[in-house]
Amino acid sequence: MPPVLETRDLTIRFGGHVAVDSVSCAFHAGTLTAIVGPNGAGKTTYFNLMSGQLTATSGTTMLDGEDISTLGAAGRAQRGIGRAFQITNLFPNLTVAENVRLAVQARGKAAASLFSLWSRHRDWIDKADHYLEQVNLAGVRDTVAAALPHGDKRKLEVAIMMALEPRVFMFDEPTAGMSVDEVPVILDLIQKLKDEGTKTILLVEHKMDVVRSLADRIVVLHNGRLVADGEPAAVIASPVVQEAYLGQAPKAEAAHV
Amino acid sequence: MLNSLLSGDYPKSRVLSGVLVAILVGLAFAPFLFSGAAAINTAAKICIFIVLVASYDLLLGYTGIVSFAHTMFFGIGGYGVGLGLYAFGASWGVLAIGILIALMVAVVLAFLIGLLSLRVRAIFYAMITLAVASAFLILATQFSEYTGGEDGRSFSVPPVLRPGFRLFEAPVFGVTINGRILAYYLVFISAVVLFLLALRVVNSPFGRVLQAIRENDMRAEALGYRVVYYRTVANCLAAAMAVLAGAMSAIWLRYTGPDTTLSFAIMLDILLMVVIGGMGTMYGAVVGATLFIVAQNYLQKLMGTASAATEGIPLLPKLLHPDRWLLLLGVLFVLSVYFFPTGIVGRLRGEKR
Repeated sequence: MPPVLETRDLTIRFGGHVAVDSVSCAFHAGTLTAIVGPNGAGKTTYFNLMSGQLTATSGTTMLDGEDISTLGAAGRAQRGIGRAFQITNLFPNLTVAENVRLAVQARGKAAASLFSLWSRHRDWIDKADHYLEQVNLAGVRDTVAAALPHGDKRKLEVAIMMALEPRVFMFDEPTAGMSVDEVPVILDLIQKLKDEGTKTILLVEHKMDVVRSLADRIVVLHNGRLVADGEPAAVIASPVVQEAYLGQAPKAEAAHV
Repeated sequence: MLNSLLSGDYPKSRVLSGVLVAILVGLAFAPFLFSGAAAINTAAKICIFIVLVASYDLLLGYTGIVSFAHTMFFGIGGYGVGLGLYAFGASWGVLAIGILIALMVAVVLAFLIGLLSLRVRAIFYAMITLAVASAFLILATQFSEYTGGEDGRSFSVPPVLRPGFRLFEAPVFGVTINGRILAYYLVFISAVVLFLLALRVVNSPFGRVLQAIRENDMRAEALGYRVVYYRTVANCLAAAMAVLAGAMSAIWLRYTGPDTTLSFAIMLDILLMVVIGGMGTMYGAVVGATLFIVAQNYLQKLMGTASAATEGIPLLPKLLHPDRWLLLLGVLFVLSVYFFPTGIVGRLRGEKR
């Protein structure tokens, strides 16, 4: 089966610093790939290159075998690449429901309608509420996003991506900073998406227990380079990973509890 | 009925509703409530500026675009109507064609400015609009054989709107319904329709995307909204609305010139009205424009009285001299920005919460 999303020699330079260094990797439908690596390894930058927030210095990004390197973030979102951000990236002065509804609207037919009433698009409202229920935020739907506690903001971030109903889900540390009892909500959601068997899921995650339980495959980035790629057990056991990443893992985990 | 007229966007504050109803009634019956040419002039100016300020709020308050070219579009509307009527005679056909041409010119200009410069950072966009607006002002004053230069152009409006025209022989409620009053109602009804239209636009799916862009343009892009497209359309819409405000102004004044439509003093006034009224609220345009224009017209009189009353006290009469009204307005502006950063409407809504 051909890959859904693929990068070939993807590189980005910031001045003299090579943040992502010719990374070639393919992601297939129905699999969850965890992307791990120490802080500053280029994981989020790699995500930004694939979802179009950054433009690559060289190399290509392919979606369904088609070169999408020249498409911006909007074009990639319209083609089914969904992105949840590590640093919460919401519409702060709009309500929780409005945040999600904007995502639903983006996929709707009348997305740019000028004279219809926003509040009358019942199907958008219902769909947004559906996704809010999935992340347990239905109770705060009318709260302004900026006023949410950190954990709820993370959940809203995920709900916004779910509401886009993408084919490729890119989670960037979805549980970072969440309290212990909130984490399972997000993990169950990711597990459910995975169980559907058709979605392509990419997950940047520091917590190795989460990675072990969810990932079909682990890709390790270190200093912008892809240093390991394969079955979770094999990758975790490989010496290059032990040295590059797992040596620092306890520290990284401690930082995110 | 009311819900769909207001697009479901109620004032959401009792005091604000009261103020808005008072302004609406005051403007609707201005020719009957107030006597004298000065009062009806003020009322017409308020109507015109409500439209102009609402269109600017669409840009600044809803989309987060800082533009200094808004008076240029206001001027294009004024000149489109004015020069048309001046050159080809006072008929409704000429008026319609003048407005149409002005709309086309303005939308094309707004589209070009938007496309060329809405990709760049906000500050550069502001600078570019400033440059374009200055260039336009200079063109309008230099091509004096076409535009009348600094003096502008006086022209006749269609006969129905002239002072000599009588709708009825007998006065209604003691007021003779002449062409001026008809012209006033043309301006008033246009203002109401355009304002409600703007309210509809900001409460449409399109309007919500504009707000999303204002809040976080990078996130809006990540959802699949092409930010440049939305900003450009918003720019064109606001320009078109400003053109119509300019046309209303020309019809009412029967004059068009750089000082009444193009000057930067007006741009500044618009900014003040939006900020005082409350950005991103639409109703702020109504409150801001009304308050500002009433102050502009009556503060001087009030200050004259105060100055005379404080005769003999050192310094005070000089400070209160009518010529210092801008000083007082400036102080009021600073105070209002300091104490009501969300404007009057934001403040009134906030108190309710």
